[in-house]
Amino acid sequence: MNEHAQATGYNFAYLDEQTKRMIRRAILKGIAIPGYQVPFASREMPMPYGWGTGGVQVTAAILGPDDVLKVIDQGSDDTTNAVSIRKFFARTAGVATTTKTVEATVIQTRHRVPETALRSDQVLVYQVPIPEPLRYLEPRETETRKLHALGEYGLMHVKLYEDIARHGHVATTYAYPVEVAGRYVMDPSPVPKFDNPKIDDCEALQLFGAGREKRIYAVPPHTKVRSLDFEDHPFRVQTFKDPCALCAAEGVYLDEVVLDDRGGRMFVCSDTDYCEERREAGHRGHLAGDDPLSPVGRGRVAEGDRVREEHKSDSASPSPRPSPHRGEGEEALP
Amino acid sequence: MTSPLLTARGLAKNYGPRAACADVSLDLYEGEVLAIVGESGSGKSTLLGLLATETSPDAGEVHYRFRDDEVRDLLTLGEAERRLLMRTDWGFIRQDATQGLRMPVSAGGNVGERLMAVGARHYGNIRATAEDWLARVEIDPGRIDDSPKTFSGGMRQRLQIARNLVTQPRLVFMDEPTSGLDVSVQARLLDLIRTLVAELGLAVVIVTHDLAVARLLSHRMMVMKGGRVIETGLTDQVLDDPREPYTQLLVSSVLAA
Ligand SMILES: Nc1ncnc2c1ncn2[C@@H]1O[C@H](COP(=O)(O)OP(=O)(O)O)[C@@H](O)[C@H]1O
Ligand SMILES: [Mg+2]
Ligand SMILES: [Zn+2]
Repeated sequence: MNEHAQATGYNFAYLDEQTKRMIRRAILKGIAIPGYQVPFASREMPMPYGWGTGGVQVTAAILGPDDVLKVIDQGSDDTTNAVSIRKFFARTAGVATTTKTVEATVIQTRHRVPETALRSDQVLVYQVPIPEPLRYLEPRETETRKLHALGEYGLMHVKLYEDIARHGHVATTYAYPVEVAGRYVMDPSPVPKFDNPKIDDCEALQLFGAGREKRIYAVPPHTKVRSLDFEDHPFRVQTFKDPCALCAAEGVYLDEVVLDDRGGRMFVCSDTDYCEERREAGHRGHLAGDDPLSPVGRGRVAEGDRVREEHKSDSASPSPRPSPHRGEGEEALP
Repeated sequence: MTSPLLTARGLAKNYGPRAACADVSLDLYEGEVLAIVGESGSGKSTLLGLLATETSPDAGEVHYRFRDDEVRDLLTLGEAERRLLMRTDWGFIRQDATQGLRMPVSAGGNVGERLMAVGARHYGNIRATAEDWLARVEIDPGRIDDSPKTFSGGMRQRLQIARNLVTQPRLVFMDEPTSGLDVSVQARLLDLIRTLVAELGLAVVIVTHDLAVARLLSHRMMVMKGGRVIETGLTDQVLDDPREPYTQLLVSSVLAA
């Protein structure tokens, strides 16, 4: 037992060393075969599955004492989920934590990729509810494994075809399937498809952990990640009509926030850290007061006020649920 | 004379002590329709599964002449190649349409699946081809976005046919494609199959317990009993002048029916 363990009663980062080694082996295999889902012996964690136990186990396995941890949930560091995971590692590993993307070395995330470009000394760990992109049309696990092994991905396009046939465009806006390094098709977890281009050719290592489904997969730095599409319906990301109401950022993913009970609303950066950084640098949106610390100006909008469409809760079925984000304008090429 | 498209030698399959299929050999030529007839349980579907390499035999061989004229042993073919063959150069029409179709997917998606599987990536073209094929199997192209769940039994079978023929296969396996349908629906479907087979010059192995179906569609037939082929010949000859007592019984019971 190390010093830390003696002090806290936990092994460093909660999991025992043998378990961490097992998870690291799965991670290494995942890195060696980008986009391939590596089975691993997922452990019980002291939190429910919906809380991202897959991501937590991956984080526990890669965390070192000098790491600085950031946890994002829906773009925010302040949700109950994000706060408890951050506290969990502060307590069990004694690592420093931060809400700033630039300061973090390990970022565990649910539903977003940070707006700030990641660096090669950072690792992004995704919490994944449903890792199998083919499950929507092929529920049999033995068959999906075969389809991956043989690179038979026609079904993914059947899914996109159905989307266009029904809605006139590809209505899948979350967990939008990607082809990794020209080989495996992967579910990038329920991030908005807006974030897909950030997964491509990223400087940072990206790791994906699915606890309930016992799968780990990886996208090594600078890997080609291509969103699937049709020639006559090319992949496009969401764009927003107006810039962030608080920091005036454009070309970022916005959340709708209810301001009052009279229907007042605004669109603000989903990435709260990014928004704050910009306001600290002096950027002002049309609803930001002059005082960067005023309640609205600070942008620390309470979780309950954010209108979040849970396109994919952790237990939801992976069927495409088209409901364009309010305020989304046309879609643009990435 | 060209060599056969499909050749089977000594095919056998046992389930426990029971021989579901024993020592079956056959040659099938391009454009030829072969009917496999016999009572329920005689091993027809088992044989079809062996020929289509969906079931692995306990003994025997299956060879197929590919489009480049090379004849290859299907049992030594790699899995990827075998599956590619099945969804391009072959088709399989099942009695139970829900097993031959993707029920949660629209009619157009069902027809387009094979195209996408072999790399089609233009939505408009896939859709146009699907519409064309729906029309060819007498389904209103206006129903392209409808679910096959809303289709009648006859329409589902026709959709299965379109879904299989879209890659222009040379060989199609059919397992009781018309049974369970109303007589008038059966007649229309048989007529459609006969027309398409002739137009496209398809080779077909069709399993049926209905000798009238064999008479209407096939050039040659094989009679099975207890897993063995007991009589084989030109369809008209076998039906009009059966040699085996069992076949005589089969034919007469149909005539009596
Ligand atoms: N998967 C299986 N497992 C066990 N027995 C089977 C299986 N498939 C077929 N059989 C048996 O093999 C025999 C032939 O069946 P089958 O080929 O389905 O006949 P047919 O299609 O002529 O009705 C039957 O006795 C059947 O019960
Ligand atoms: Mg049968
Ligand atoms: Zn902002």
